Amino acid sequence: MFVAMNDDELDRIFRALADPTRRKIIDRLREQPDQSLFQICAMSVAEGGKALSRQAITQHLDMLQNAGLLHVSWSGRTKIHSLDLKPLREAADIWFRKHLLEGENP
Amino acid sequence: MRIYVTSVFVDDQSKALDFYTRILGFKVKNDVPLGEYRWLTVVSPEAPEGTELLLEPGEHPAVQPYKTALVEDGIPATSFQVDDVDAEYDRLLSLGVSFTVEPMDAGPVRMVVFDDTCGNLIQLIEMKGG
Repeated sequence: MFVAMNDDELDRIFRALADPTRRKIIDRLREQPDQSLFQICAMSVAEGGKALSRQAITQHLDMLQNAGLLHVSWSGRTKIHSLDLKPLREAADIWFRKHLLEGENP
Repeated sequence: MRIYVTSVFVDDQSKALDFYTRILGFKVKNDVPLGEYRWLTVVSPEAPEGTELLLEPGEHPAVQPYKTALVEDGIPATSFQVDDVDAEYDRLLSLGVSFTVEPMDAGPVRMVVFDDTCGNLIQLIEMKGG
C-alpha cells in the first residue's frame, strides 16, 4: 500500500538537500557508491573542495541518513554508505511533479 | 628531539611480526622479552637506522574500543610512504592482502588503505611529483 510522505519526512529531505556539502556528498556517492567515512573525506580532499573535518562530514551524513537518503551497510567491520534515492523520488512525485506537470503556467 | 619509535596496537604480536616482516617487508630491529609480551620493533630495510615501528600489545582496555571505532569509520591507524603505490598494491594483492581503499588520488598524494590482519587499517601514500 502506498502511504504518502508526511510533512516531517518532506522537511527532512528538503532540509538535507539545502546544503552544498550534502549535495556534493550525494553527487559523489552517486558516482562511487559504498564509501566509508574516511573515503568520503578523502574524496573531498581529492576534489580540492572546502576542507572539512571528519566530525563535520559525520554530521552531514547523519542528516542525510535521517532523511532516509543513505543506505548504511558493513564491509567487514567498516561502515559503508551508499545512496537510497527512493525517498527522493517519492518526494519529487508528491511535491515537485504536482506543480511542474499540472501547472498551466510556463 | 627526534622521533625514534612510533607504534601500532596489535591483537597478537607473533601474527603481527609475520605480517609486518613477511608481507610488508620490514626487518626486526628489537625483540626483547618483557614478561608476557615483547618489546618488538621493526624498521624499513630502506632505512634501518630510521624510525622504528613498535608492534605494541593492545591489552589495555581502552585499545579495543579505539581500534574498533577507527576501523568502523575506515580510518587508518598509521601511514607508510612508498615510491609507487600502484606497484605496492599489486604486490600486496598477490600476497592476499585485503584493501579497503583501492589506489586513488587525494590532493598531493596517491594512496591505498589495507587491513593489517591485527585489527588496524594501514595507509600507503606516494607523494606525487616528488
